[in-house]
Amino acid sequence: MSQPSALPLRFLAIGRISDIPRRGARCVNAPFGRIAVFRTADDRVFATEDRCPHKGGPLSQGIVHDGRVTCPLHSQVIALDTGRVQGPDEGQVRTFPVRLAPDGETIEIGLDPADLAASVPQAAE
Amino acid sequence: MTEKLVIVGNGMAPGRMLEHLFETAPDRFEVTIFNAEPRVNYDRIMLSPVLSGEKSFDDIVIHGDGWYVKNGVTLYKGHRVVAIDRAAKTVTSDQGVTQAYDRLVIATGSTPFIPPVPGKDLPGVLAYRDLDDVEAMILAAQSRAKAVVIGGGLLGLEAAAGLRAQGLDVTVLHLMPTLMERQLDPAAGYLLQKALEKRGIEVITNANTKQILGQDKVEGVELADGRVIPATLVVMAVGIRPSSGLAKETGLEVGRGILVDAHMRTSDPAILALGECVEVDGRVYGLVAPLYQMAEVAARTLAGVDGAGFKHSDTPTKLKVTGIDLYSVGDFAEGADREEIVLRDASAGVYKRLVVKDNKVLGAVLYGETADGGWFSDLMKKGTDIAEMRDTLIFGQSYQGGSPLDPMAAVAALGDDAEICGCNGVCKGKITSTITAKGLTSLDEVRSHTKASASCGTCTGLVEQLMSLTLGEAFNPNAVKPMCACTTLSHGDVRRLIQAKALKSIPAVMQELEWKTSCGCAKCRPALNYYLLADWPGEYQDDKQSRFINERVHANIQKDGTYSVVPRMWGGMTSAKELRAIADVVEKYDIPAVKCTGGQRIDMLGVKKEDLPAVWADLNAAGMVSGAAYAKGLRTVKTCVGTDWCRFGTQDSTGLGVKLEKFMWGSWTPAKLKMAVSGCPRNCAEATCKDIGVICVDSGYDIHFAGAAGLDIHGTQVLCHVDTEGEAIEVIAALTQLYREQGHYLERIYKWLKRVGMESIRAAVVDDLEKRRAYYDRFVYSQRFAQVDPWAERAQGRTASHEFKPMADLTIPFREAAE
Ligand code: SRM
Ligand SMILES: Cc1cc2nc3c(=O)[nH]c(=O)nc-3n(C[C@H](O)[C@H](O)[C@H](O)COP(=O)(O)OP(=O)(O)OC[C@H]3O[C@@H](n4cnc5c(N)ncnc54)[C@H](O)[C@@H]3O)c2cc1C
Ligand code: SF4
Ligand code: FES
Repeated sequence: MSQPSALPLRFLAIGRISDIPRRGARCVNAPFGRIAVFRTADDRVFATEDRCPHKGGPLSQGIVHDGRVTCPLHSQVIALDTGRVQGPDEGQVRTFPVRLAPDGETIEIGLDPADLAASVPQAAE
Repeated sequence: MTEKLVIVGNGMAPGRMLEHLFETAPDRFEVTIFNAEPRVNYDRIMLSPVLSGEKSFDDIVIHGDGWYVKNGVTLYKGHRVVAIDRAAKTVTSDQGVTQAYDRLVIATGSTPFIPPVPGKDLPGVLAYRDLDDVEAMILAAQSRAKAVVIGGGLLGLEAAAGLRAQGLDVTVLHLMPTLMERQLDPAAGYLLQKALEKRGIEVITNANTKQILGQDKVEGVELADGRVIPATLVVMAVGIRPSSGLAKETGLEVGRGILVDAHMRTSDPAILALGECVEVDGRVYGLVAPLYQMAEVAARTLAGVDGAGFKHSDTPTKLKVTGIDLYSVGDFAEGADREEIVLRDASAGVYKRLVVKDNKVLGAVLYGETADGGWFSDLMKKGTDIAEMRDTLIFGQSYQGGSPLDPMAAVAALGDDAEICGCNGVCKGKITSTITAKGLTSLDEVRSHTKASASCGTCTGLVEQLMSLTLGEAFNPNAVKPMCACTTLSHGDVRRLIQAKALKSIPAVMQELEWKTSCGCAKCRPALNYYLLADWPGEYQDDKQSRFINERVHANIQKDGTYSVVPRMWGGMTSAKELRAIADVVEKYDIPAVKCTGGQRIDMLGVKKEDLPAVWADLNAAGMVSGAAYAKGLRTVKTCVGTDWCRFGTQDSTGLGVKLEKFMWGSWTPAKLKMAVSGCPRNCAEATCKDIGVICVDSGYDIHFAGAAGLDIHGTQVLCHVDTEGEAIEVIAALTQLYREQGHYLERIYKWLKRVGMESIRAAVVDDLEKRRAYYDRFVYSQRFAQVDPWAERAQGRTASHEFKPMADLTIPFREAAE
């Protein structure tokens, strides 16, 4: 994955909020890997890289609670807003800014144009 | 320079000695231990709770393997020392290891005494001394043996109670007119006999064993009066003899035991001895308290530290049979110059007797109510003049001055040197001062720092009272372990309140029970989801988002984020059609690995999440449903070939396994539930390590449960025997339902049994037919909502399948743009 550059973010529509179950997640394929998009019980939406900083577990498959997700592989808990692994464990996952379009339904995710340019194809695809 | 210390025997006495030695002279010796038993040092006293199933071997280990590594001790497990060469200063084991010593400690313990009656060597005749004996008894219990215990002393009665708890018919044969006559007077012996008989243990006193009958295994016991008691298992518990043979061959002075002085020195200055194998000042011992005193003395002798020598004192006797309280100490024989004070309460089954001479207590026997035992023993040791309190003495300490019957006041009134823990000789002052000095707050901490209540555990109540006295409010013996950080309530509380307040959704639970977080966490939510589902079948809708990913997508997540898929193979049976479908699926979806599981079925590993619905659809088409290999629910029912094929099969084990799996699949349980049915006691389906197992026998079906073979290893216990297949299914479903209703989330059956006890389970699903029916009916009802194949639902698109596809793909346009 490339380093974030100084270029302004590009916001891209990825789907509607109703596509994600409350306290659930979906994923989005991006050129640099998978992004996990979470929806909390109170309809906040967050996006992180879909790779646990511990051993790469798919965070989108975890249990979502209180603005956090518990990784399905070894149960580390990650704060969705900061991407930080909650104590006593350590680590941080990359987060992406997310906003709702004026229609109040469409989710847009902010990506660095440099990330989008990276044309590393997905192994899993 | 370090000296070489060699120890023969790794029992409780030398174990304790080393603890003292490592404290006083940590680096002085390089220690090597030879132990005939192939294991580490454990609490032999607690074998009875292991036999009855109340504890596991792990619970009673004193020094785990790590302890030996940490202290640089070499332990030869399973090495019996066969020769000591005092001139060369070496010992040699039966495995051929020879080891030199500078100092040698002999601690070979005792050997059970086997009376020389005909038949004593038949298979099925056991002693009761070590873990091997216990394991042999538990094994025998599984084949519904009928046991005879010869000897109605402490050991024999503990063995009898343990075997009974394992479901056996037990008869105790005792030579004397009343039980435990060395520790109890006839009145107490009688009450004890009644209590044992009430539990279904038959007691025959004045029983002189003539011979043990049987050709190539035990078939019964014949008494001198001609009576024959049928038996498939005979436990000899008539007494012990100090194991002093090795010392004797070496030329050490030996009397009844190895002769030692008050500092545990034998007739050879380089050799010490301690424990049950020694004789000191004309006495040999069979309880640990004096041995622990020897351990302290021997450690001092080895370290070259001065100190008091060993001194005899009376050790109280307690019987460790749950629900029977008896206590005896001192000398309670009648005599012309002795008076006795007796209190009897027939309806409460209480009997107390004090023997007094010259206004001093000589001995005490308490039955039914033993709380004052420590106090009487204390009066006796100190030789307190009891003239002033003679009239109320028998009512116990709480009647003397302080507010009557307040146990706290009684403990508060004890002097600092009053002994609280008899096994380890720990007095009140030591406990309270350690609590304060080390800031201890839990019973476990007090146990590890002071050793009080760490052996037989009968003084736990007293220790807890001392903790409350010392810590006040800060100590709560019943402190509940909260489910998680979201609540202060325990699993038990939550289950109870869900039922009592008729809470039927996760938000209702969180609101009414004042959850501290807005929507719980990954620990409490799956638990709540299960409780609601189990308590309100048909009413509560499963909350998918509160389930672990495996249960949400009906497959097991793998380390690389792919999944594994395991279809059911009912009772382990399969067919060409199923195998072909599996083969086709593997090829079609390019599944990288196919493996036979430990549960008699096939696992396809490495399936991409996106492919799951299609894989299921194909498997469904061949008639297969999800094996729920991910579920806190019914997993597999392993079977053997049974009467269909096997020359030993007694019943249709395969058929019963298939029926059980077809009847019970889909049910959710607190933790995973694995079953097995074996066609005969050879047990090829390994039913005796399953959560529920059935062993078919000629006369029907033995139903076992509470086994495990994962993180913990537990053999099953026998729940009951039934005659027909129908009854077997009914009992198993009722048992499962009881577990569903009582179990804490993630608590497997064996842990649940440990918590609630065998009696309550038997009472609900074995003894009371109406209750059994009611549990069975509730199980059947809940299955109406549970037996839905999640694969079919998903594959047919009846539930949202979007989660298997990424919601957007940002790679394609940008890949193009980059090209
Ligand atoms: C596939 C299999 C191993 C195999 O290749 O043979 C297996 C695989 C796993 N076992 Fe197992 N166990 C398998 C038979 C067993 C057995 C043997 C048996 O069932 O006869 C045991 C010991 C018996 C027992 O349970 O008492 C066993 C004791 C465990 C344990 C320890 C449970 C315990 O309470 O002590 C775990 C951990 C847990 O459940 O928390 C576990 C957990 C797991 C998990 C689910 C680990 C996980 O959480 O990812 C593994 C899933 C791998 C996968 O993706 O498929 N597995 N596991 C077996 C599947 C049997 C089946 O057909 O369903
Ligand atoms: C079922 C049961 C219940 C009991 N309950 C109580 C109770 O409630 N209260 C109480 O105070 N006491 C109780 N006891 C007695 C108590 O367990 C013993 O007093 C104590 O364990 C003796 O300790 P020890 O170290 O002398 O010998 P042991 O613990 O017997 O250890 C001796 C060890 O030496 C090994 N050994 C023998 N010969 C050799 C050799 N030549 N080479 C190598 N190793 C050898 C043996 O295999 C054994 O492991 C009970 C005993 C049993 C069996
Ligand atoms: S023993 Fe079970 S849990 Fe452990 S690695 Fe093997 S399959 Fe996984
Ligand atoms: S990979 Fe997430 S906790 Fe280990």
